[in-house]
Amino acid sequence: MTGSRGIQARFRCGFESFRLDVDLELPGSGVTALFGHSGCGKTTLLRCIAGLQAAEGALTVNGETWQDGARSLPVHQRSLAYVFQETSLFPHLNVRRNLTYGFRRIPEARRRISFDQAVNWLGLGHLVTRMPDRLSGGERQRVAIARALLTSPDLLLMDEPLSALDARSKQEIMPYLETLRDSLAIPILYVSHSTAEVARLADHIVMMDNGRVVAEGPLQQTLARTDQPFGLEEDAGVIMEAVIGQRDQHWHLCRADFDGGHLWLRDDTALAIGQRIRLQVLARDISIALGEHTEQTTQNLVPATIDEIASDLSPGTSVVRLVAGATPFLARITSRSVHALCLRPGQQVWMQVKSVAIVD
Amino acid sequence: MGPEWQAVWLTLKLAGITTILLLIIGTPLAWWLARSQHWSRQPVSALIALPLVLPPTVLGFYLLIVMGPDGLVGRLTEQLGLGLLPFTFEGLVIASIIYSLPFTVQPLQNSFMTIDQRLLEVAATLRASPRDRFFTVVLPMARPGFLSAAVLTFAHTVGEFGVVLMIGGNIPGETKVLSVAIYDHVEALDYTSAHWLAAGMLAFSFIVLLSLYSLNGRLQPGVVK
Repeated sequence: MTGSRGIQARFRCGFESFRLDVDLELPGSGVTALFGHSGCGKTTLLRCIAGLQAAEGALTVNGETWQDGARSLPVHQRSLAYVFQETSLFPHLNVRRNLTYGFRRIPEARRRISFDQAVNWLGLGHLVTRMPDRLSGGERQRVAIARALLTSPDLLLMDEPLSALDARSKQEIMPYLETLRDSLAIPILYVSHSTAEVARLADHIVMMDNGRVVAEGPLQQTLARTDQPFGLEEDAGVIMEAVIGQRDQHWHLCRADFDGGHLWLRDDTALAIGQRIRLQVLARDISIALGEHTEQTTQNLVPATIDEIASDLSPGTSVVRLVAGATPFLARITSRSVHALCLRPGQQVWMQVKSVAIVD
Repeated sequence: MGPEWQAVWLTLKLAGITTILLLIIGTPLAWWLARSQHWSRQPVSALIALPLVLPPTVLGFYLLIVMGPDGLVGRLTEQLGLGLLPFTFEGLVIASIIYSLPFTVQPLQNSFMTIDQRLLEVAATLRASPRDRFFTVVLPMARPGFLSAAVLTFAHTVGEFGVVLMIGGNIPGETKVLSVAIYDHVEALDYTSAHWLAAGMLAFSFIVLLSLYSLNGRLQPGVVK
């Protein structure tokens, strides 16, 4: 039963004051963030995909049909794993028996992830004999993630797995999630309302509002849309992948190369040459110059081409989309500057990037 | 076996059989009551709770009529060649099941309701079928509820008197349980024999309750290492 890769999901369901109505085509690998305010329907969509919530529609995951009209596989026959928001370990089983609960229920031939592998990935070696009530919040969520992975799923669903944790536990889990993203060949659907988590983990984004999808696409391109479907306003900006190309220890700087240029960063996190990082550049931190003025304090001057100019939500402000190589940027400048400099699409300009953040 | 020991044995046998049968009948019933949204949930709950408020003699009276030669159940059992149930041990078991039903169902229902629905969803996403979920999540987590249900059902059946008198009568070795034996002794002004049985029953009940409650305390919350 192999057909097209990816996930085709079409769902409709309604409660008293809420209707979910989506028709989505999602990539068959990488992390897709379902993003939006609470109550927008992102968790409901995830539950429909899992089969925990009845809805009319159709669902195909990498060629396997899980739901088609009235015919719907029950949850326990779907090859998926679900990580819930709050602690969901079985309180009457120790960590080892929690971990093996799903593992023992799948046929041996289907086990692609071994017990030791999952325990190592999530750093649980010293915890296996403990009971859940003797674990910290972060440890419990790591056990829940490992337990989910041990079913060797074809799809990993995560419903705000970090939102019930304190800041320290979040920082503790994040590297494990990045490891998973980079080592699993399966699609991960990640529900979140945190821009920081999305910026750090997602490859693809689905923005939801009031039960509907309002924007959807690869993270980099979607964040660089001038119509700003995410309503981030002051926090609008782009995310890009970069590689550390050079370190200047004298001035404590390092050079991050991206597709279309480079940016200098403060070298205070001891990055290694060749290391892949994600950078965030906010639209309010970019200004535009017509010539290369080198005598100024801004370290980063990047040649770019204006792609599109649109007016912002707030009056008197414009959003300019620029492209350097294959990498899109957004700049928020006053409409008066657009007029004074006679900016227009297709024009070659210099971006002055005042601030770059490593996303973590 | 002396007549006193015969009454003791009969009582324990009746309470034991009733408890086992009630746990088998009561578990699915309590599960349904704890989970269902169906409109018939309230009337069924009320029906099950009836023995809590009815005088045992009322219950015994109706059972006597229904299981008697003119009753619906009585005619059925006679046609099946089973004879009539009143004044038999089997009749007592059936009466005890109805009489003690709320003492099994209510503790089970309460413990089922405290189980987080989320854990059952988790088990489903971990490939456990509904049956599998019941045996590996619900049963271990509801263990204190099962203990309470068993203790209460057993104790309540041991203490049964009015219903027994109505439909069981006083046949030694068949329906003459402890409570009836004590009543007989008192009627005959044989207070010494009544004392022996009453005090023995008191001590026995206390020891059973004590050991089960302390076991319950140790099991909570149903930990498996």
